[in-house]
Amino acid sequence: MKAVYFAWVRERIGKNEEEIAPPAEVATVGELVAWLAGRGENYAYAFDKPQVIRVAIDRAHVARDARIAGAKEIAFFPPMTGG
Amino acid sequence: MGAVRVQAEDFDPAAEGRALTAGRREIGALASFVGLCRDEGGRLAALEIEHYPGMAEAEIARVVADAEARWPLLGVTVIHRHGRLQPGDQIVYVGVASAHRGEAFAAAEMLMDFLKTRAPFWKRARRIDGAVEGWVEAKADDDAQAKRWDSA
Repeated sequence: MKAVYFAWVRERIGKNEEEIAPPAEVATVGELVAWLAGRGENYAYAFDKPQVIRVAIDRAHVARDARIAGAKEIAFFPPMTGG
Repeated sequence: MGAVRVQAEDFDPAAEGRALTAGRREIGALASFVGLCRDEGGRLAALEIEHYPGMAEAEIARVVADAEARWPLLGVTVIHRHGRLQPGDQIVYVGVASAHRGEAFAAAEMLMDFLKTRAPFWKRARRIDGAVEGWVEAKADDDAQAKRWDSA
């Protein structure tokens, strides 16, 4: 699946997007955030307050218990500040 | 079915209002809101607005659908800009047409409250001295404003 990052999540990780292949036991959004945070210092920094990070699957907001199976694109970003 | 546009270009609120009401005899109210870039007491040189292409349009459309499900609206247009904006520039337009003013005012306010908390846009401030101030923080007050509509 494709992971995409925005705003300071993107800056801290240092990538706009990437292909990721989490292991099968990573089933939910919450588990995926924890798995990403363990991928290196930049990821740990981006997800150092994991509860703050918002997640969207295939361009719709999802909660932490949402399942990631079948997702094509998962986005990670800070709380929104538009309007 | 509302119209949603996410664009770098400026917009003309008067023209958008006319487009909502042209040739329509049943519309009795048009409420429009324009959000502008303010200079934060003279400190702000520019805002850089990042967005999530594709989701920004989709999420605004879902917000519009929520408003249309709640009130008998006769037309909705939402425009949100992205890119670099300077103090005085227009950022967002919400126009709502309805038979009576009550639902037009209420829907415009709900649309703005939900846009702030749900639409994937992020603002970064650039200061007048050239420094990047960093990403604008989401306000708890905006969440509270949006939550008002949950029980209404």
